[in-house]
This record gives sequence, structure tokens and C-alpha cells, in this order.
Amino acid sequence: MRHIISVLMENEPGALSRVVGLFSQRNFNIESLTVAPTEDETLSRLTVTTVGDDRVVEQITKQLNKLIDVVKVVDLTEGDHLERELMMIKMKANNGTVRAEIKRTADIFRGTIIDVTPNTFTVQLVGASSKLDAFIEALGSSNIMEVVRSGVSGIARGEKVLTL
Amino acid sequence: MELLSGAEMVVRALRDEGVKFIYGYPGGALLHIYDAIFTQDDVEHVLVRHEQAATHMADAYARATGKAGVALVTSGPGATNAVTGIATAYMDSIPMVVITGQVMSHLIGEDAFQETDMIGVSRPIVKHSFSVQSPEEIPEIIKKAFHIAESGRPGPVVVDIPKDMTTPTERYEYEYPKNVKMRSYNPISKGHTGQIKKAVDMLLAAKRPVLYTGGGVIMGDASEQLIALAKELGYPVTNTLMGLGGYPGTDPQFIGMLGMHGSYEANMAMHHSDMILCVGARFDDRVTNGTDKFCPTAKIVHIDIDPASISKTIKADVPIVGPAQAVLKEMLEQVQAAKNSPCAESLKAWWEQIDEWRGRHGGRFRTDDSELMKPQQVIEMLSKVTNGDAYVCSDVGQHQMFAAQYYKFNKPNRWINSGGLGTMGFGLPAAMGVKMNFPEEEVVCVTGEGSIQMNIQELSTISQYDIPVKVICLNNQSLGMVRQWQDMNYESRHSQSYMKSLPDFVKLVESYGHVGIKVERYEDLEDAMREAFAMKDRMVFMDIAVDPFEHVYPMQVPRGSMRDMWLSKTERT
Repeated sequence: MRHIISVLMENEPGALSRVVGLFSQRNFNIESLTVAPTEDETLSRLTVTTVGDDRVVEQITKQLNKLIDVVKVVDLTEGDHLERELMMIKMKANNGTVRAEIKRTADIFRGTIIDVTPNTFTVQLVGASSKLDAFIEALGSSNIMEVVRSGVSGIARGEKVLTL
Repeated sequence: MELLSGAEMVVRALRDEGVKFIYGYPGGALLHIYDAIFTQDDVEHVLVRHEQAATHMADAYARATGKAGVALVTSGPGATNAVTGIATAYMDSIPMVVITGQVMSHLIGEDAFQETDMIGVSRPIVKHSFSVQSPEEIPEIIKKAFHIAESGRPGPVVVDIPKDMTTPTERYEYEYPKNVKMRSYNPISKGHTGQIKKAVDMLLAAKRPVLYTGGGVIMGDASEQLIALAKELGYPVTNTLMGLGGYPGTDPQFIGMLGMHGSYEANMAMHHSDMILCVGARFDDRVTNGTDKFCPTAKIVHIDIDPASISKTIKADVPIVGPAQAVLKEMLEQVQAAKNSPCAESLKAWWEQIDEWRGRHGGRFRTDDSELMKPQQVIEMLSKVTNGDAYVCSDVGQHQMFAAQYYKFNKPNRWINSGGLGTMGFGLPAAMGVKMNFPEEEVVCVTGEGSIQMNIQELSTISQYDIPVKVICLNNQSLGMVRQWQDMNYESRHSQSYMKSLPDFVKLVESYGHVGIKVERYEDLEDAMREAFAMKDRMVFMDIAVDPFEHVYPMQVPRGSMRDMWLSKTERT
């Protein structure tokens, strides 16, 4: 099963490499990973999506908690949560039919065209990873020139927070 | 406040931490620190002949005392030579602080002379590491390093210090912090009372209980509490390789080591038990054998300071996270306060069964199938001659298993071996590290002709510092454990397990100024050993010829259950 694990950690040099190293060292899988400082600049928030059975995910959270730089760990998928990923996708758009089709599809998915040239469109789309996957599928692979995805960020619904 | 250079701060901080010995080897990146060492007498530096030995000396000191040992190695090859020692300590959860020199900060990343990314290289084998970014940080970083190394589940910590952090002309205010607080690191100090209650209920209801205890009892200083609980309940106790000495080896409730080369009765008792209380052990693959067949009828209570050790390989029915000492103490209090007590009838029947197993195969070996001495006889003699009271520092291989099986450890912290990583070459420096700190105690290195040659250069360090350890070399002229596996699994094709061109060990040690004794017949063994141990102030190397065809038994059948064992070359359970 897919899990979204959020990690609050010291914003120190080397902290990220400890987290990433842990995953390869212990043979855990990483599907996506995002990291950036929080409003408190001494802390970073890292989100990792991984796939594994309960035993593996339990090990992942326990091993992450053991890292000295890690302050808190939560498996967001254990409760109600919001998940967002940002994608920018550049496509061949060199005739009117294709351009109209891309525009229409982007509208359906509530994407935004953020760059236009005579031959290309670049669409920005935000949503759960599955929505981004669906958008790619809807467009078909033949026109896609480049895809860049931010990886998943997540936050718990309601009043639950991950802070110090 | 006193003004000190970074180099002086390193040495002063070690002094203020109570460090007596540091084990190391100088080099370019460390020259400022070595100069600071030269001008003081509080901390004594021990010059090894290879950095690996420095880490093993520090490690063995920690195993004998529970306090972090300190190694000091230079950048590049000095640091990489220390890697095996750091990994050894990491696998056995041993507190250690390893200070590594680093090239000047402005050269980092430029492939400078003797530059290695030691933080990167050591990352998977340390509990934590620090890279000094400014000299003022040194006292706090060293304090944190000791705190992290020694608390919680102990482990090695690397402190990487670029050379320009130690410049003698740049001085800073020095104060050694009394405490450290880290928001991201708060080791647990006691177990959950509710969980302990559940465990006690299970313990008291058990009909076929076993206490299975490991290195956590030794490093957690919980031997006394374990003995008290075991005595109160009257239950059998088995120790892992790392846990030997945690419960007295000559006590009737002790049923021996368990696992791959565990005793017949310990493995049988585990397999048939209905309740296992695991304390400070981690159900590793050398203990459980096939995890799917592990102890099918047992409920499991697992006490460990590291939550990640619990339910990692074997699911615990009652997990208890906490230090062994505090949890066992509370457990005993609850047992004593409980209204019910263990069912005497079931316990009697259980002991009768265990004693029957004990009688059927008491871990014996044959002496009639070879002209040569048996390695087991040598260890039994060692146990006799030293009254089971020596610090036994082992290398890795058959001799290690024989020492674990046949030396009767009655006290904790006296069996010192590389259990997790299985590092050949560990034994001699380990014995040196212990002996320097316990000069009045007998310290023995049990080794083989293979392992001893992996750090034999330390014979020179022994000369320099007069470290009168005793080396018991079980010389079977082959890499015995490899050979055993080749006998059992590869139709005795002894690929590269035969040691050609062995040195004359007697002459070799004599050339370093030590005493060498060669023993070839069992009749001579006791006298020779007594003679060796009578030389209190000399290093004595006993080169003892033993049967090269001997195997270590029992040996679990791969991927079987705990009870599936070879008991001899021809006999299987």
C-alpha cells in the first residue's frame, strides 16, 4: 500500500542525506520526496511517498524516528489528509486542433496554461498524484515533450498538526 | 573564562568528559591536535600500528565499562581504516566517539590530499556524526557526541574536524557544557507500566517460559535485575552470543547460549516454549533460524530500548520500549506484588523436560577421533585455569563459538566479541584495550591463526605500552568456520580456507620481545597454560595445535526451526 510519510527535521547540512541514505541502506522504496524549510527556518519538512506492507512501513517510521536530526514523523495515510503535487507539462501544440484539445483537457482538470510558443503549450496542474496521472493519460503520450513533477506534499485534515 | 585553540579544546573536552585513554594514529590533518596532546598529561594517547586497532581498543573499553571509548584518526586513509571498527561497534550497539581529522574547510570537495568524505562514508554505520563548522562549537559537539553515543541504544559517533578548526593561534573561550539538550533526541528512561503489567500477567500464566536475553542486558547494566527476576520466577534463562555473562553461566537455571550454535537444550526449550520474555536482544537471523518456523507456540514479550528492534523480524505480542534495567526492576516489583504466582506443577514438568534435553546432549564433543587436541578442551582448560573470571576477548570463527560455548561467564562485560559484524582481527586490540584499563585483571584473547594475522602488527603496540595480555591461539591451520561450511555444503571442497605459509608464531612474538609457547599435546596444556598465566607482566602467546577437522556443534539446519540441529557430523534432530 502507498503511504505518505511526513518528517519534521532539523534544517542542518547532511540531514537530508541521512534520510535518503536510510531508505537505500534498509532497502525501503521511495516513490517521491520533497523537502523545504518551514516557517521556522531551523526546521525542514520532508514528505516521502513509499510503498510497502504494514511491517515495512512500521520499520520506516521507526527507523526515521531514530535519526538524530529527525524531530517528528507521521504517516499521513493513517488518518484523513490532503495530498497535493504540482506538475508542469510541456506539449507539442503546433496546430489548432491540438491546441484546442489541450486547452479543453487542461480546463477539465483545472490546469493552467502558463507558457505558450507557436509550437508548444506548458500546462501547470496541481492535485493528488492520481489526478496528475489521469491528466497525462487523457492527453496521450504522443504530444508530451517534458514532464516535471514536484513530488507529493501532504498535510493532515482538521486540527491535527505536525509541529514541535 | 579560559582561551583555548580548537586543538586544545578537543583535548580539554576529552579530559572534562573523564577520558583517560585515547587510541589513535597521527597524520597531517591532526597535527595541531597531536601538538595539544603533547603539552598535557591528563589524557594519555596510545599509538596503535593500524587505525582499525585503535577503534577496536576504544570499542572493547566500552564493552568492558559501558562508557564510550575514544579513537583519534587522521583524514583519508586514517579515517577509512577506522571504518571496520566503527561498523563493528555499530552492529553491536557499542558507545564510541571517533574523532577524524579532515582537510582544511576551504579544500573540502576539491579532492585534496588525504581527503575523504568521512561523514558520507560513515553515515550508514554511525548513530550520528558531526562536522565541525567553527572552532567555538567543539566543546558542545564533543559533549553531544558522548551523550548520543552512551544514551538510549548506544552506538558510535563520528566527529569530523577540518584542520583549520584546530589552528593553534586562534583562541576562543572554552567552557565544557554540563548537560546537553536536543529537541530531536530524548532517549526513553522507563517502560510503559501498563505494558509491563500485561507482560507480568503473561509471565505468571506461562507453563513453559524462557527468558531470552541479549547484549541489552550487558550494555544496559541490567544483569543484577535479570538475575533477581529469574530467581524470583525460577524460569530458565538463555543468552545470545552478545548476552553471555548477563546471567551466570554456572547457575542451574542457565541453559546455555541459543541460536545457530546454541546449546541443544536452549534451542529445544525455545522451540517448545509457550512464552518468551526477550530482554535486550533483537531476534537476529543467527538466533531465530527460519523466521516462519520460529517458536510456533510461544507468546512473545519483547523489551528493548530501540522501538525499531521490536517486531522487526518477529512480531511481539507485548512490546515494551525502555531500558532493560528500569523495565526489569519494575517487572520484578509487579511480580512480587502479584496475587498469583507461577504454576509450580507446570514449571516442575517444564524443568524435567529441559533437564532431559540437557542429559541427552550436554554439548559434548568426542576426543577419541583424533590424535590432536580438541579446541573445546583448550577453552575448558582456559575456563578452569582462569576460574571463569577472565576478560575473554575473542576473534571471529570456530574459536569464537567454542569460547562462547565452553567458557563459563559468571559476570557481565567479560565476554568481548564482535557478534554482529563478525570482524576478524578484533580480538587482539580488544584485549589490549581492556587490559590497559584493567591492569589487575586477567585478559585473554582467544583467536585462531587466521584472525590473529588480521591485526598482528599490534604486537608492536603491546611492546611499547607493556600490555601483558594472554593470547590463546587455536591453531588448526585452516579457516575453520569456512572449512566447516565447505565440509557441510560444498562436499569438502576447501576453496581458499587453508592457511599456507603460517609463521612460526613463537619466533614471531619473541621478535617483538614477548613470550611464545607452543603446545601440541593435551597432556602439556594445563602446565603450559598455568605457566603462561603466572607470567603476570609479560605478554604470552600460546600457539596451540588443535584438530583441524573439528566442527562446531550443535549447528542449526539452515531455514529450519530452532530445534532443527546437527548435533555432530552424523547426528541430526
